Amino acid sequence: MNLTESVHSSWKTITRSKVRSFLTMLGIIIGVMAVIIVMSVGAGAQSLILNQVKSMGSNLVGVLPGASEDDGPPASALGIIITTLTYDDGETIIERGCDCIEDLAMYVTGNETITLENTSVNTTFTGTTASYVYVEDAGVAQGRFFDESEEKGIARVVVLGDGVKEELFGERDAVGQKIRIKKYNFTVVGVMEKRGVSGFQNQDDQVFIPISTAQKLLLGIDHVSFIRAKVDVPDNIEKAMENMRMILRDRHDIKPGEADDFSVRSMAQGLEAISNITNALKFFLVAISAIALVVGGFGIMNIMLATVQERTREIGLRKAVGAKSTHITTQFLIESVVITFMGGVIGIIFGVTISVIVAKVAQFLGYQWDLVITFSSILLGCGVSIGIGLLFGIVPAKRASKLNAIEALRYE
Amino acid sequence: MALIKVEDLKKQYENEEVITKILHGLTFDIEKGEFVSIMGPSGSGKSTLMHILGFLDKLSSGKFYFEGRDVSQLDDDQLAEMRSKKIGFVFQAFNLLNRATTLENVILPLLYTDVSKKERTERAKELLNQVGLGHRMDYSPNKLSGGEKQRVAIARALVNHPDVVFADEPTGNLDSKSGLQVMKILQDLNEEGHTIILVTHERYTAEHAKRIIRLKDGLITDDSPVTKRQLANINGELTK
Repeated sequence: MNLTESVHSSWKTITRSKVRSFLTMLGIIIGVMAVIIVMSVGAGAQSLILNQVKSMGSNLVGVLPGASEDDGPPASALGIIITTLTYDDGETIIERGCDCIEDLAMYVTGNETITLENTSVNTTFTGTTASYVYVEDAGVAQGRFFDESEEKGIARVVVLGDGVKEELFGERDAVGQKIRIKKYNFTVVGVMEKRGVSGFQNQDDQVFIPISTAQKLLLGIDHVSFIRAKVDVPDNIEKAMENMRMILRDRHDIKPGEADDFSVRSMAQGLEAISNITNALKFFLVAISAIALVVGGFGIMNIMLATVQERTREIGLRKAVGAKSTHITTQFLIESVVITFMGGVIGIIFGVTISVIVAKVAQFLGYQWDLVITFSSILLGCGVSIGIGLLFGIVPAKRASKLNAIEALRYE
Repeated sequence: MALIKVEDLKKQYENEEVITKILHGLTFDIEKGEFVSIMGPSGSGKSTLMHILGFLDKLSSGKFYFEGRDVSQLDDDQLAEMRSKKIGFVFQAFNLLNRATTLENVILPLLYTDVSKKERTERAKELLNQVGLGHRMDYSPNKLSGGEKQRVAIARALVNHPDVVFADEPTGNLDSKSGLQVMKILQDLNEEGHTIILVTHERYTAEHAKRIIRLKDGLITDDSPVTKRQLANINGELTK
């Protein structure tokens, strides 16, 4: 009897008692399904986060004040205020930096109440440079962004995010109107295009004012919170980063051997950090789903042991008509593998289906969710289910092959 | 050369401190083409003897030659191979697989040989036709009568072209009419040249054979041919 025939005969045995076989497979079905879903949904969620980060521009290089390890968070991200990065630093990078640095924007941020007549909203204001629209690839829907003279001249002009405009003005025209931020009057010069959620922050719920205005008028500080530079092509990112480091070290009088008092980070590094975190999470979830597979494996073993008992006479007969122990072992091993493999295939079908549904729903809800079903996860599902069949089938199969033919024939 | 040659064959089972002696030293030959009944009351050791002769069990001491080959030297796999190539079994309880068709049941012994798939089916169909069950090939055995089941079992015992067919109380679960039919088939097979060894406790059934080895308490008490008169009686029954 060759392998195809054995598989065929196992198939017939298994399909004879469909309900029982299905229940036997259930543990494997659930386990494989869980692994596929976790891998796919995990990758989808990862893509969602990465897409959001990427939407901020993958050619961007950020400079944050304060030293940091390559893979650790910068101090400023932990809420520590460091004042070593200044507007002049940014200006110098523009002047002395390589051509690959196309432009850069500088930022300070704060929270303030904005008032129009009787309506007040508490919102984030971003003090930035006129280059913001270019660096961040942001569009202005109405009016204009503030220009360089306003940026430097502590001009009281403001560009509203789409959400803030909506909240304060509704359908009315905002450009040219006066609003109050803190106790100062500002003239609305423009309204930004709707950008949605990007980089964990709703870009529409903020207002933009010239960086000097934010520093001097609203915050009373001289430093900038961070700098973003736009590099012409991705290949030049390393070069630009090194270039910026050199300029800043020089400006900050950092002697050779001393550590930087700032951090230059590319978006790629940021993406990598996020990937590391989400990968760890995914691994953890897959490990949990794998427990279902092990439980399923013991279920298989249990049923196969019962099957061996039930079919004692059959085993005796097979031996009497010439089956060797290896024939019996092979027969029961193939049976358990066929069961687990079928369970695996069903699990893959369910898992893929559910993953597709999750992705479609997420996409329908407007998230940048990629449907990721890797060939490797399907291969893994198949491989693992076959492996479990072999692993947990070996004990019942060995027991079957060791049965004494005479006793087995007499078994009632 | 005798097909089966047994010299001072002894069998005992040992478990913990109890030794149960079953066979106390049997000596006999069986030639090719014989039809032998091994007859005795229950506990006489006839089933154990059949298991040993059928390569299902091992002897404790003595000699057992099959076609001149010393069987006591064979390991489990070699014994399985001997069963596969040399032996056909017919059991009292039929031992058919109900979840397979009649045809598949007959094919079963060939699954452990290198006979091609095509030839397996051909042989099985031919044998089912021979035992008059050609029209029942796709039936599940549990839809067959007892006599039909035993005929399927006989077809199964013959499918590997065995040198010896062992029949262990083949009529034990059958009514007398079906029993007679089965015995007639065995007799016909013997006429065609098959060696048949029948194990039974019934004198009447035993007398269908040409020779009876009587066993009692693990010893041969008598080994003699069946007289013509006895055979005539039985064959008279058959024709009635």
